[in-house]
Amino acid sequence: MTAPLRWRVARLVERRVETPSAHTLVLEVPDWPGHVPGQHVDLRLTAEDGYQAARSYSVAGPVVDGTGGPRIEVTVQRVPDGEVSPYLIDTYAEGDPVEVRGPVGGWFVWRPEETAPVLLVGGGSGVVPLMAMIRARRAAGNRAPFRLLYSVRTPDDVIYADELRRRARDDFGLDVAYVYTRQTPPGWRGEPHRIGLADVNSHGWPPDLEPLCYVCGPTGFVETVADLLVGLGHQSRRVKTERFGPTG
Amino acid sequence: MTDMSYLDGNMLDGPLRELFAVDLSTASGRCENCGMLGPMAGLRVYSHAPGLVGRCPNCSGVMLRLVRSPDRAWLDLRGSTYLQVPMPLDQPHPGPL
Amino acid sequence: MSPGFQGRPRSAEPALPPGQYLTQDFPVLSAGPTPKVPLDTWEFVITTETGAEYRWSWDELMALPQETPTVDIHCVTRWSKRDTTWQGVSLDTLLDGVDTGAHYVQAHSYGGYTTNLPLDDLRGGRAWVAHTFEGAPLPAEHGGPARLLVPHLYFWKSAKWVRGIRLTPTDEPGFWETAGYHDYGDPWREQRYQGD
Repeated sequence: MTAPLRWRVARLVERRVETPSAHTLVLEVPDWPGHVPGQHVDLRLTAEDGYQAARSYSVAGPVVDGTGGPRIEVTVQRVPDGEVSPYLIDTYAEGDPVEVRGPVGGWFVWRPEETAPVLLVGGGSGVVPLMAMIRARRAAGNRAPFRLLYSVRTPDDVIYADELRRRARDDFGLDVAYVYTRQTPPGWRGEPHRIGLADVNSHGWPPDLEPLCYVCGPTGFVETVADLLVGLGHQSRRVKTERFGPTG
Repeated sequence: MTDMSYLDGNMLDGPLRELFAVDLSTASGRCENCGMLGPMAGLRVYSHAPGLVGRCPNCSGVMLRLVRSPDRAWLDLRGSTYLQVPMPLDQPHPGPL
Repeated sequence: MSPGFQGRPRSAEPALPPGQYLTQDFPVLSAGPTPKVPLDTWEFVITTETGAEYRWSWDELMALPQETPTVDIHCVTRWSKRDTTWQGVSLDTLLDGVDTGAHYVQAHSYGGYTTNLPLDDLRGGRAWVAHTFEGAPLPAEHGGPARLLVPHLYFWKSAKWVRGIRLTPTDEPGFWETAGYHDYGDPWREQRYQGD
């Protein structure tokens, strides 16, 4: 955890299409030192003329042992007109190298030793580090009650849709709720809307349970939700946020 | 329109770990301008700029500037009066001098 | 190497400074919150090394002779934009009659930003206080109500939300110049960082 960072050369071993614009990349990273759910990695690309571009991505789940070494997963959301994400989604192929640096970030993390109830609020691809926490909870046999409130534009934009459905059924103590901002699924009660007080109130925890709250998404989304939580009486030091901007 | 162009101090961890072996995003910093002590991860970081600018979430005073060229880095912390870094208890420490 | 990765097109056009690429849009760079400056309290102040002050209100600025330069701009983050058209007041007009022996200026902005330039670079029809971009009032995210426009230097020298310039006998580094960026910043000589 406290060594200077260095770049490691990883290779793509598997790609999963989560939505039309979000792919999960499984990378084999030699000597990966391990990570805590919520941490991210920097990926760096190098062009033929030496030009480099790097971006940060949240790690999506625990380390998996592969035949050629440890494997980590990142989920990449396409940023229109981006420089790195379109390459990772359209061009980057199995076996190709990519440089990885990390893990980084010691603040927006959940440790499997924690026992407090957890509220996870994700907007769009902000669900990725929250999914890492959900996966790590199950892997560690942790029984802290978890609630995920996930805001997406349409049902087609739900990342990890099948797995979330399965885990909401099988992972004891995990509740999953959705807010749709543009279009709801057929038969859904309620209109599309941006996340608001009623959503956070009915799908969150009362502040006197002193839950840990993790909010991840675009800056405006995080701002709204963090203000709502603090307004409801949650202590601001127990509301951890991760904002991301439109660099792709 | 509210200004939404900043990120969290969390994102400073990668760039700072190029310079230091400790994870400064778990450190606390005291703002020179307003005196507030808070986690560096809670800074508002403006990254669409020639460098990274970390501002106090309370008064928006500049607490950190980090500029990276291909072969050098500049870290300007004059807006932070101190950093409080968590240290493991099991390490020997020298005590007061 | 990343097979098939090209990154943004990096132009080899002879008329672009080294290391720059062309962009059609106008990226917004900011080192802090966007200040809101009402026009009725806006002012531009030139302060000399002896403390003398020359002030213009918004109406007074608009009453001065206006120019409409069309220029290329070059950001140190490597984008360049061609043929941008502005309207504003030349610094020659504003400095006319200002009594000074100083050789440098530090421009300062609403919101606290500063940047340093040689006084000579503000003269000779090369610098403006610009308030209109492509025929419309300069949007706040690009520095409105008014910004400095010094297109022959990297664009961080063209201070957004400019409030005034202070004339100084010595070169006093500003917001980015104290954190590693070049004191002059000529894009054609690729003066990005100190020592370049």
